[in-house]
Amino acid sequence: MSAFNAIGENVERDRNEYTPGLEPQPTWCPGCGDFGVLKALKGAAAELGLSPEEMLVTTGIGCSGKLNSYFESYGFHTIHGRSLPIARAAKLANPGLTVVAAGGDGDGYGIGGNHFMHTARENHDFTYIVFNNEIFGLTKGQTSPTSPKGHKSKTQPHGSAKQPLRPLSMSLNSGASYVARTAAVNPNQAKDIIVEAIQHDGFSHVDFLTQCPTWNKDAKQYVPYIDINESEDYDIDITDRKSAADMMFETEDALHEGTVLTGRYYHDADRPSYQQEKQQIGEMPEEPLAERYFDEDYEWERTHDLFLDKHK
Amino acid sequence: MTNDELIWRIAGGSGDGIASTSQNFAKALMRSGLHVFTHRHYPSRIRGGHTYTEIRASADPVKSRGDGYNFLLALGDSFARNPQENAYYGNEEIKPLSENLDELREGGVIIYDSGLLDASEIEDFDERVEENNWHVYDLDLRTMAREHGREVMRNTAGVGATCALAGIDTEWIEELMEDAMPEKILEPNLEILHEAYDMVSEDYDVDAHDVKVPEGEHDEEQVLLSGSDAIAYGSLDEGCRFIAGYPMTPWTEVFTIMSQNLPEVGGISEQVEDEIAAAALAIGASHAGVKAMSGSSGGGFALMSEPLGLAEMTETPVVLVEAMRAGPSTGMPTKPEQGDLEHVLYTSQGDSHRVVFAPSGAEEAYRQTRQAFKIAYEYQIPAIVLYDQKNGGELQNIPASVFDEEPNGDLGSVLSEEELAEASHDASGKFNRFQHDVEDGVSPRSIPGQKGGRYLATGNEHMPAGHIAEDPDNRVFQVNRRMQKLEAIRAELDGSDVPNNTHYGPEDADYGLMTFGSQQGTVEEAVDRLNERGHSVKALGVSEMAPFPVDQVSEFLESVDECLVVEMNASAQFRGLTQKEVGRFGEKMSSLLKYNGNPFEPEDITEGFVTSIVEDGELSSHETKFVPAASD
Repeated sequence: MSAFNAIGENVERDRNEYTPGLEPQPTWCPGCGDFGVLKALKGAAAELGLSPEEMLVTTGIGCSGKLNSYFESYGFHTIHGRSLPIARAAKLANPGLTVVAAGGDGDGYGIGGNHFMHTARENHDFTYIVFNNEIFGLTKGQTSPTSPKGHKSKTQPHGSAKQPLRPLSMSLNSGASYVARTAAVNPNQAKDIIVEAIQHDGFSHVDFLTQCPTWNKDAKQYVPYIDINESEDYDIDITDRKSAADMMFETEDALHEGTVLTGRYYHDADRPSYQQEKQQIGEMPEEPLAERYFDEDYEWERTHDLFLDKHK
Repeated sequence: MTNDELIWRIAGGSGDGIASTSQNFAKALMRSGLHVFTHRHYPSRIRGGHTYTEIRASADPVKSRGDGYNFLLALGDSFARNPQENAYYGNEEIKPLSENLDELREGGVIIYDSGLLDASEIEDFDERVEENNWHVYDLDLRTMAREHGREVMRNTAGVGATCALAGIDTEWIEELMEDAMPEKILEPNLEILHEAYDMVSEDYDVDAHDVKVPEGEHDEEQVLLSGSDAIAYGSLDEGCRFIAGYPMTPWTEVFTIMSQNLPEVGGISEQVEDEIAAAALAIGASHAGVKAMSGSSGGGFALMSEPLGLAEMTETPVVLVEAMRAGPSTGMPTKPEQGDLEHVLYTSQGDSHRVVFAPSGAEEAYRQTRQAFKIAYEYQIPAIVLYDQKNGGELQNIPASVFDEEPNGDLGSVLSEEELAEASHDASGKFNRFQHDVEDGVSPRSIPGQKGGRYLATGNEHMPAGHIAEDPDNRVFQVNRRMQKLEAIRAELDGSDVPNNTHYGPEDADYGLMTFGSQQGTVEEAVDRLNERGHSVKALGVSEMAPFPVDQVSEFLESVDECLVVEMNASAQFRGLTQKEVGRFGEKMSSLLKYNGNPFEPEDITEGFVTSIVEDGELSSHETKFVPAASD
C-alpha cells in the first residue's frame, strides 16, 4: 500500500482547485505576463486531472518564484537559480510525483544556467517553465541574459554590449527532449503546450514569453504572435534536431526584430528519461525510494552484514 | 618513544602502488594480532612525486602516528621528473630515500632498491648512516621483480625483504595476496615474495639490528578501516539512501564509498555539475522523503553555503560532511588542516543554526555520523560531520562489533496520511507545517504526495502554512522556534549514553590539553607520555562543535590551572570558539598550533607543553607555534 495516496487519484478537476484560499490574488503588477503562466498551469493541471497533492512545484527567486504561492499544490520556493537540482532529486526520490520547476530568465539562464544545461543533458522527467520577460523585474528592471544587445538599464547605462543568450538553442544543444516557446498573450497555446510538456517522459522546457509592462515591454509588443506549427510561412519537423535548430535560431533572432514566433520546436519521444537510464544500469530502485521509509516491514540493510568482509 | 613497536614506512612515487601495498601490509599485521595505525603523505599529483605511507604496529592499542619511524622501505619513483639544475623540486629520483632520512630513528633499518636508487647521490649519506647507527640493505628489488614478472612488483620484493628483516611470518602476507590478487599476477608475486625473503635470510645477518615486529593478540575480531569508511557506513546504517556530490580531495573518498555501495542497497548516488547542485539535490531528496546527504571539502563546501541556509530556513533535514584540507583557496589539496571550523559553523547568511560534529577516529566517525542523521531528521535541521584529510584517510583497526548495531530507517518527525488527517490545517486546507507552539520547537512535516499535507516550503520567512510573510510577530515566533531546537538538541546530547566528548588522563591533573576532531588520539598519547614523565596532565577531546557543550568544557577548564589548546590551524579557531561559547577562562587557555601540512606527532605536543607551559621557554621547532593566553 502506498504512503502517498494523492498520487494517481485520477479524478475530474476544476481549474479553481489550484487557486489557494490563503493567497488567491497574486501580487504581480497589472498586465504582467506571469498571470498567463499561472492560468495556463491551472488549466493544464485540470485537464490532466492532477491532484494538487501529487504535484510539486519548485521555483527560484524573482517575480516568477511566486508562482507556487499562488498555485495550490506542494511547493518549494527555493533560492535563486536552484529550482532545478531540487526538482531533480525530488523526482528521483519519488517518481510518482508530477514535478514542475519554474523560474525567470535570470534565474534559469543566468545564475542557474549550469543546472539548466545539466538537467537538460540528463533528461530528467519533469517540466521546466521559464518566465522569459527579457529583464530582471523584481529588482526593478536591470538587463537580463535575454535582454537584447544595446538594452539600456540603470546597471547598463550605455546599453548592454552583450549578445542575448539563445535559450531554445541552448536547451536543444544541452539535450532537452521537448522544447517549446509560448507566450502569455496566447493562453490556449500555452495551456496545450504545458499539457504536452507535463505528459512528455523526459525533460520538457517551455520558454514562456511573459511581458513586463512595468520595466520592459507590454503585451502589445508580443502581438501578433505566429505559431510556427500552424503558419504556412514556416516549415519545421519537430522530430528532427537540425530542423529544430534552424527554426530556433531564426526564432531567437526574430524576437529582437519584433516578430514573435512561438510553438513546438523539438520533441524526441523515444529518448529514455534519466530515471529509466538509471534503472537500466541498476543504480535506481524500481519502487519509489520515498515509499521505503513508510514501509514498516522493510528490512534495512546493515554494514555489519554487507560491507565489513573486505576490511577483515 | 617505545621500542616495542614497528613503524614501517614505504616510500616511492605516486602511482607506484604504495597505497595498496601498505594497506595489505597493515591488514596482514592486524590479522597477526597487532594494533595498527597508518599515516599517509602524498602530493596532489597522479604520477610521480614523493609519497609515503607509515604503518605503526604495536601489541597495545595505537591511536596516533608515532614520532618518526624505525623501518624504511625506499622504492624507486617510476614517474620522477628528470633532475634539472636549479629546478626547485630538485632530483626527484632519489627522494624516496633522501626525503625520508630526517625522521628515521637511531638504530633504524633502511632497505632501498639499488636498482633504481643510488645512495651516493645523497650528501653525507654514509656519515649519517654511521652517526645514527642505521642498518642499510641495498637490494636490487627491481631486477628481482623483472625476472619473475613486471617491474612494478618490486613492492612485493620489498615486502618480502621487510618480512625477513623484521621477523614477520610471510604467511600473513601470502594470505592477503591470495585474497586481493587475480590468479595471473598472484603467482609471480608469490615467487618474488619468497625469493626476496629467502635471499635476505640467507645472505644477511637479520639479527644485526633490533627493529622487530612485536607479537600480539586480539581478543575479538578486528576490521581495518578509515574515517571515510566509517562515515559512509554510519550513513548507510542510518538509512541514508541518497547522496549527491562533486569530486574534491579528500571528500571524494566518502563519495566513492557511498557510490559503490548504494546500488547494492537500492539507493541512489548522483554525481552532479557542482557543489551548489549537490547540496540542493540532497535537500530535494530529503524534502521528498528520503534520508539524504552531500558533502565536500573547503572550496566545494563554500558553494554549499546558500543551500545550507535554505535547509535551515525550510527546516529540511540534511547531513553534509566536510573534509578539511589545508587552505585558504586551493591551499594544499592532499594535506590535512583544521582550518574550516569557523567556515562550517558560520557560513551562509543570517543567524545560523546547525549541528556540527567533529569525530576523532573511525569509531567516533561511525557513531557521530549516525547521530548526525538522527538529530537532523528528528529536529529538521542540517547536521555537519567535520573531519579532515588525516582522519579521513588513515587506517586503523577497530573491533568489528562496533558495527553490530541495529539499522535505522526512521525518517524522524514526519506525519503519516492518517496523522495528517487529524493535524492542524489553515482555513484554506493547507497543512500547518510550521506551527508556532510545538514541543522542542519541532513542527512535524508532511511529504509531497501525501494526502492532506500540502504546504509551501520557502527560504523566505513564512507563516505556519508556509506562505511568505514579514509580519513582525510571526517573525519572532518562527525565529525563536527554530533557535529553540538547538537548546533541545543540547539537552539531548547532554543526556546521551555514549559521550561524544572524551575525557582522558587522571581526573585530578593540574594541567589540561584540549583539542577537537582528528588530533584527539595524538593528544591522548602525549598525555600518557607526560604523565609517565612526572607531569600532571589530562585531556578533553571535543567533538560537539555546535551546539557547544558549554557546561562540560567549563567544568574541565575550571578544574585545571592552565590549558593548552592543540589544533591544526594558524588562527586558533577552536580556542576562539571555546572562549566565545564559555565566555571566561581566557587567561587559562594558550594554543599550540601546527599548519605546515603535517599532523601533530605526540612529541610535538609533549615538547610544546613542557617548553611553553612548564618552562615558560621558547619553542625550538619551527613546525609548531605557541600562542599565549589572552592575559599573557
